[in-house]
Amino acid sequence: MLSCKDASQIISQSLDRQLTMRERFALKLHLLICKYCQQFSQQMTAMHVALKSAASAIENDDTIKMPANAKKRITDLIAANSAQS
Amino acid sequence: MTTPNIHSWLEQHSDYLYRFALARLRDPHLAEDVVQETFLAAIKSPSFAEQSAPRTWLTGILKHKIIDVMRKNVREIAASDLIDDDDANVDDFFDDAGHWTDKPLKWDMPENALEQKQFLGVLQSCMDKLPAKSAQIFMLRDVQETDNEEICKELNISPTNAWVMLYRARLGLRKCLEINWLGS
Repeated sequence: MLSCKDASQIISQSLDRQLTMRERFALKLHLLICKYCQQFSQQMTAMHVALKSAASAIENDDTIKMPANAKKRITDLIAANSAQS
Repeated sequence: MTTPNIHSWLEQHSDYLYRFALARLRDPHLAEDVVQETFLAAIKSPSFAEQSAPRTWLTGILKHKIIDVMRKNVREIAASDLIDDDDANVDDFFDDAGHWTDKPLKWDMPENALEQKQFLGVLQSCMDKLPAKSAQIFMLRDVQETDNEEICKELNISPTNAWVMLYRARLGLRKCLEINWLGS
């Protein structure tokens, strides 16, 4: 019988690799009787979805601009690099 | 002749590339650096003049630069504190019998825009509290959706190491979210 520690580890790894038959079976049994690990599992999915949308929120936020001094620095570096070639 | 449109590219695409990098590295200075390296790599590329879809092309270069930064950051710990105290860290979350010390609660995910924004705010601050390198491997895996095999190859760590790092990052993030979001 899996402990919650074992089960949560398998749940985490299920996001990163294919579980073995044995692991899947043991996990299913544990989840049948353990609502905390069920909730843990749902939380992992929720976090994944939220992280993806956090990243795309930044990516699509037109109000975020690269600082002007960084643009200037890159412009200068480009000029310096093309002058050499 | 040498730089036909690099300045207009900079005008048109640098903000987008900066946001793309910021979304993944979550550090303004690192984001500036990788965008800079991307443009410098672009002008040196032999195929520079032939690009008809510059944004896609530049984003492709940028992705590699981002992975380079993450690799460097994760490597710095991979050797040191990663391997020693795996269990000690995971054990904070469980008692001796392997039961949860903080039992995961049922989360009601935010439905309206305001709540979602608040949730993301808490998620961001929880990410900031993670050890930088755990946060980075986590971003690589969950946001960039890098293949696990590729992560191990890129970072030169074993699959077991990667799973442990990800597991710890997820446990930490979960707990932090529960305290700071549900608690509020």
